[in-house]
Amino acid sequence: MSDGIDGHPDDDPAPDGGHASTESSTHTVRLELVDEPGQLLAALHPIADNGGNLLSIYHERGNKTPRGRIPVEVDFEATQERFEGIVEALRSEGVNVMQAGTERYAEEVTILLFGHLIDTDLSDTLSRIEACESASVADVSLAAPQGTEEASSARLRLEARAGETEAALAAVRELAEEKELRLVEPLTGVEA
Amino acid sequence: MKLAVIGAGAVGRSVVDLAGEYGHEVVAVADSSSATVADGADGRGVGVDPDAVVARKAERGIVGDADPADALAADYDALVEATPTTLGDAEPGFSHVRTALERDRHAVLANKGPVAERFGDLRALVDDSAGEVRFEATVGGAIPAVSTVEDIEPGHVTAVRGVLNGTANFILTRMAAEGLDYDHVLAEAQDLGVAEADPSFDVDGTDAALKCVILANVLSFGAADDPVDAREFTLDDADVEGIRDVPGSALRLAAEDGRTVRLIGEATGETVRVAPRLVPENGTLAVSGTQNIVQIETTHAGRLNISGRGAGGPETASAVLGDVGRLE
Repeated sequence: MSDGIDGHPDDDPAPDGGHASTESSTHTVRLELVDEPGQLLAALHPIADNGGNLLSIYHERGNKTPRGRIPVEVDFEATQERFEGIVEALRSEGVNVMQAGTERYAEEVTILLFGHLIDTDLSDTLSRIEACESASVADVSLAAPQGTEEASSARLRLEARAGETEAALAAVRELAEEKELRLVEPLTGVEA
Repeated sequence: MKLAVIGAGAVGRSVVDLAGEYGHEVVAVADSSSATVADGADGRGVGVDPDAVVARKAERGIVGDADPADALAADYDALVEATPTTLGDAEPGFSHVRTALERDRHAVLANKGPVAERFGDLRALVDDSAGEVRFEATVGGAIPAVSTVEDIEPGHVTAVRGVLNGTANFILTRMAAEGLDYDHVLAEAQDLGVAEADPSFDVDGTDAALKCVILANVLSFGAADDPVDAREFTLDDADVEGIRDVPGSALRLAAEDGRTVRLIGEATGETVRVAPRLVPENGTLAVSGTQNIVQIETTHAGRLNISGRGAGGPETASAVLGDVGRLE
């Protein structure tokens, strides 16, 4: 166990057990950026400047939030206290923080959807998956070789909360059935 | 052992052809309209001439001048049921097996119908008979799936899954490798004799589902202390999706991510499911072409993988003759 990777062992202990504040854990924040140059960098500064250790950035360019902005998911390590400071700093810089939580998504699962993806409103499909409690769409690749008239395919990388992959898949299954799309599920837990 | 082979398709003919090599004697062969019964069927010990049976079948479309009922009444130790798989009442295969069991003879099945659709009825017949029923050849051709599950003991097997249809696997493999669409690859598979003129049974997942239903029955009945408590599965209990609509673009998207799609069947003592699934491209389950693989999850022995040829006359006949050997 690290006791404060940047050497701040005297930070106030968190109420839940007394050591959480000095332990770095992985956090995920979901940001909403205006599609303009420099926006991503501007959003990352407050994280680094406040002691967050950046792990990964998902820049979902193909995907827009309901307000026409670009969702970006950033994973970083920080102590609980610094995490709160980072979210505050992001907000004071005018960055819209849509969701922030510790290890919100712990499991990743890749699925394929095929059928009339375009005609059945792909963006609605994606936002409804987003809306489900268990999962978030991390990445979408679309192949529509015959134009929008014919069947097309999409590969989706979903991030699910720990232990909720099955619930996330069930939600997608239901949605696929409703829209008469075919879903190719992974063989989870068998990837040997 | 003295064998009566009912059904003179690729599997039946291969059993007739290979039985001698395994130390058995074929005393009767029947197809749907004709039969041949060895002179030695009355105990004089002269078996059917395999070459003559195969030649008659090829030249005249019959296996001999006798009636199929004569073959069922012949003096055999084990009846080999290798007629085409039928669904529902699983006839006429089921009645052939019933005849053998009522005569206290063994039955060895290559026909999936009776074990997939009427497992409970079959068990009841076995209970009243001195004969036994074996059916290794019904699941995964040459792959010893059923006997491996039996060896491990069904109560210690949590799931069996795998690629159980070579035709569907061939099509998915070729689509992914060549970037071709389903119709194109299906036509190619039909030219090669890998797919039938009507490929529905294979590409709609029915064949794989029947195999999984059989495995589910083995798991369910094998794990139950009392067979009365065992859940019986039929094709109606299986959740089945085929590969007919899978577009080439879906396989390309999978490949970009180091994955591929395989028609995977899964059986537990509670569920049967067959569907196209995403698997790692270089993973164990992503067997190529007409290969099959059976993966067995066990409680104490980890995971076992057995791959090999899931179809073909001699391959399936080897499973039939392996079963005959276990009955000795």
